[in-house]
Formats: sequence, structure tokens, C-alpha cells
Amino acid sequence: MSTATIKKIKKALTGNEAGAEAMRQIDPDVAAVFPITPQTELMHAFAAFVADGKVGTELVTVESEHSAMSATVGAAAAGARAMTATSANGLALMWEIVNICSAMRLPVVMPVINRAISGPLNIHCDHSDMMGSRDTGWIQIFSENSQEEYDNIIQAVRIAENPNVLLPVMVGSDGFIISHALETVEIYEDAEVKEFVGEYTPDRTLLNTGKPMTYGPLDLQDYYMEHKMAEHNAIHNAGKVILEIGKEFGKKFGTEYGFFDTYKMEDAEYAIICIGSTAGTTRVVVDKMRAEGKKVGLIKIRVFRPFPFKELAEAVKNLKGLAVLDRADTFGGRGGPLYIEMKSALSDVKEKPVTRNFIYGLGGRDINTTDIETIYNQIEETVKTGKGAESFSYFGVRGDV
Amino acid sequence: MPNNKMIEIRWHGRGGQGAKTASMLLAEAAMDAGKFIQAFPEYGPERAGAPMKSYTRVSDEKIDVHCNVANPDYVVVIDPTLLNSEPITEGMKEDGILLVNTSMTPDEVRKKVNLTGGKVYTVDASKIAEETLGRPMPNTPMVGALIGATHVIDDKALRSKISHKFLGKLGQKGVDMNFAAVERAITEVKGE
Repeated sequence: MSTATIKKIKKALTGNEAGAEAMRQIDPDVAAVFPITPQTELMHAFAAFVADGKVGTELVTVESEHSAMSATVGAAAAGARAMTATSANGLALMWEIVNICSAMRLPVVMPVINRAISGPLNIHCDHSDMMGSRDTGWIQIFSENSQEEYDNIIQAVRIAENPNVLLPVMVGSDGFIISHALETVEIYEDAEVKEFVGEYTPDRTLLNTGKPMTYGPLDLQDYYMEHKMAEHNAIHNAGKVILEIGKEFGKKFGTEYGFFDTYKMEDAEYAIICIGSTAGTTRVVVDKMRAEGKKVGLIKIRVFRPFPFKELAEAVKNLKGLAVLDRADTFGGRGGPLYIEMKSALSDVKEKPVTRNFIYGLGGRDINTTDIETIYNQIEETVKTGKGAESFSYFGVRGDV
Repeated sequence: MPNNKMIEIRWHGRGGQGAKTASMLLAEAAMDAGKFIQAFPEYGPERAGAPMKSYTRVSDEKIDVHCNVANPDYVVVIDPTLLNSEPITEGMKEDGILLVNTSMTPDEVRKKVNLTGGKVYTVDASKIAEETLGRPMPNTPMVGALIGATHVIDDKALRSKISHKFLGKLGQKGVDMNFAAVERAITEVKGE
């Protein structure tokens, strides 16, 4: 295999350090930075690389996240490879420009260190920040751990800049649980990453006077819908590119990435589907319960936008029961955002598993192996008794709220 | 450390005493010794002097679990005043090890915290720190004491990590002072 020649350097890194390491190797032309917990250390570490001359990036220190995204959009429109990073309320504040970024088809890459949106004020992990921007036209990729965060940021550049995509990409990873935890990460050599990422040679840029272009003009009843349809088509077509790049990455670096990852699903009767670091904890529980003879499996979502509904329906259709874990709520919708997508995906399937939604871990509430085992047992119970089938509820709260 | 086993460690300290640094220093040294590692503090409102916890996991295999440590193999208490206020032994494994920075004997600590199982070790890391580092920072000697009591990793790995990590910042003299602190902690840690 070609991977045998690739040197991997084992390092003890926090998630934020791993993200900064990916950015150092990508060496973007422009990075706009504004601190927000728990993302701050990522850009802090990257700013140190800039100060030490390890990258050629123009670092723009702005006065808010709204400005961070605006500066990133400006730089990207001018033809630069531009990045920024944020969390929670920072993402909320940049929301206006987040939409403009995707509509302008700018291949910006933004690590999002997932944190609960205030209020109440909370700095810890959940997915309400990225789920709150799920319909902004950005490609959304989630990571389980620091290794995946590093790998995903590298791939995101290729996905975003692919001429058939030209869309911005958010790479999520769990705040504190990953961002502030030291873990073993395998870093690839600079030259190998640079070769994989490649040079950015945009076809159309604002500063190319030989090929004059307008970015961001008024777009009313005459063309607005055509432009939105182009965006719609681009993100749906991005799936193919995401898979191709995931394969190419696997060939070069040894780990192939797809839309989602399955674990012991071949003969599984009951499964959990979830996003982020909880998938790692769940894998441990799958091993334990498998050793006890229980046929349980796991699906870990990587790509949430575009949502791989056909592939997921195929992956879960033979189960007896499926527990969908959401680290965010939709407040008034039919459960959490992943549950709504899964229900929708399963609507095309005749024979389908019993499903149940568990909204958990909001604001960083810990979810441990015992909790996960309880969920597996509950979905089995639901299938056997019918109680709780197709319902959504909070998991791990005290008493009746 | 037995093969194919994950060791989970919970550190108790007060904000500013270096419990987080200790949990990470041990993890980094363990990684250099060929282990898979995880280390993370439990973040609350960060205030100097407030009780805080940090965790280290050391394993021969890739670590997938991403929750707090509920049932630690080892509990390390960097500030002995926490014995009065924090549930130090909560969830500790039956055959677990409790290591406390104190001038008390292991037997005295056991009585104080009402521990029935496990094994108790003590070391006066604050005194060692004063005498070797010239300041009351007991975290590095506590890492040494933990290695002395449990052999969770080889102490050579800790020395090489200290050398690698501190040489630039503290110079050879600073490294030597930390070596001396670790050396004394390993020698002076007492078990039952």
C-alpha cells in the first residue's frame, strides 16, 4: 500500500493544537481571528506560528466575529485561501455573513469548536452552534477526536476549493472534550499535507482585472432564485466530491473517510447513531455489550450537510431499533436535528426500525458508558414493548422539568 | 502496569497548583514511552484556589472513551486541605491507589478519609518542592511520586519529558532542580 511510505509523527496534542497544526500545514493566505472560548487556543497557537514565521499567512485581528467572517469573505473573494475559526456565540454573531459566504460560493474553511449557544450562559460542548447554522449552505463535517479534526480540516480545503463544489466548509469538533483534551495524534509531514492540499488557483477573483467580476451585487426577482438553485445543486453534488477526497486521503494517509462511519453494524439489531466525541464512548460500550452477546452497533455521522439520507436509510433499515442521539434541540420540532433528518430519511423505507430520540449532553453535561448502555437497553425495551417508540425526549435530566 | 489495560487517574488540586499540568506531563511522558494517552481538566469557573479536577488516561491501545473518569485506578491529591472538603475517594476502584501530598502517614490519611479498600501512599511533595525547586509547586514531584508508587510508566520517560519540555524555558539548572524533585519524591513516597 502507498501508505507505507507516509511518515506519521505521533504527538500529544489538544484538539485546538491539532487544528492549529492543520492550519500551519495548510498555510492559508489570510486568517481572520477573534477569540471565543473554547476556540481561542486554536487561533492562539496559529498566531504563534504566524509570529514565528512558520507560515506566510496574513493574520487579521478583528474586533468581532461578524468582522472575522467579513474579513474572511473579503479575502476569499479577492482570491485568497482564507480561514477563520469560532465557537457558539461567535458563530451566531457572524451568521449574517456566514450566509453571504456560501451564496458567494467562497471556499472558506472554518473550524468550529462546538459549544452551547447561550443562554443560559455556558461555555461547554453541545452542537447547538453548528446546528443553528445548518441551513446556511455550508458543508458541515463533524469530528470525533483530535485526529479526525486534523484530518477533516486538511480535507475540507480540498472539498471547498473543488471547482464542482466551491462552497465553504465548517469542521466541527467538541469543545473542551476534544479542544482542551490532550490526546495522541498522528501528524503527517508538512510536504505530504501540502502536496495533498495543493496550490489554490481560483478561476474567478475580484482582483483579477483581466477577467472582471462582480461579487455580492443586488440580486432581485430576476436572478435570485437561479443563484439559490445553483447553491442548492452545488451542496447536493458536493457529496460525490467529499467521498472522492475521503478516498484519496485514505490512500495517501491511511484512514479513509466517508459520510459516516459504521461499527459492528453488519448483524446489529439495535444501534445508536450520534455525532462527535460521544461516538468514541459508544464504541467502547458496543464492545462491552457485544462481549455479552448483544447485537449492537454504532453509526457515527461525519457529514451532516449535505445529509447522506439515502446511504443512512440503507445502513439502518435492517435494524430492529435505532436510538438517535442529538446534542442539540430544535425547540418545537420533532426532536433534535439529527432525529428529524433520520425520520425523513426513513420515510422512503418500507420496513424500518423503531426509532427513538434522546437529546443529551447539552451545555457539556457528561455522557458516560453507563448512560450509553442505558440507551441501548431502552431502545431494546422500546422495540419489545412499543413504549416510547417514535418519541423524543431529554436524557439525563433530574426529575420532571 | 499490566498489558492491555487502561489506567485512569483523577487529580485533585486547587486552581493554580498545577494539577492540569501534572495530568498532562504524565500523559506526555507516557506517550513517549509508547502508550496511548488522554489528559483533560474538568473546567468550571476557573479561579485560583478553587478545588478542581483533572484526568489522565494511559493505555496500550487507542483510547476511544471521551467521558470523565468515574472509577479511577489512581487518585492523586495535590492539596491536602481538599481531604476535608472534596469527595476524594468517590468512585475509586476497590484495588485503587490513593496518593496524597501530605506530611501525614498513609494510615493517618486512610482514617481521615474513611477508606476501607485500596492502598494509600503519602509524600510531602510541598516540602520537596520548597527544598528542590525553591517554591511550593508540588505538581512535578507528585508526578514522580505517582510513578514511584505505581510504576504506571518508567521514570526514565518522565525525566526525558522534563528535560525536553523545560530545557528551553528553565535551562539545565531548572531541569536538574526538577530531576532532584522527582528523584526525592520517588524515594520518599511511602505506602502501607
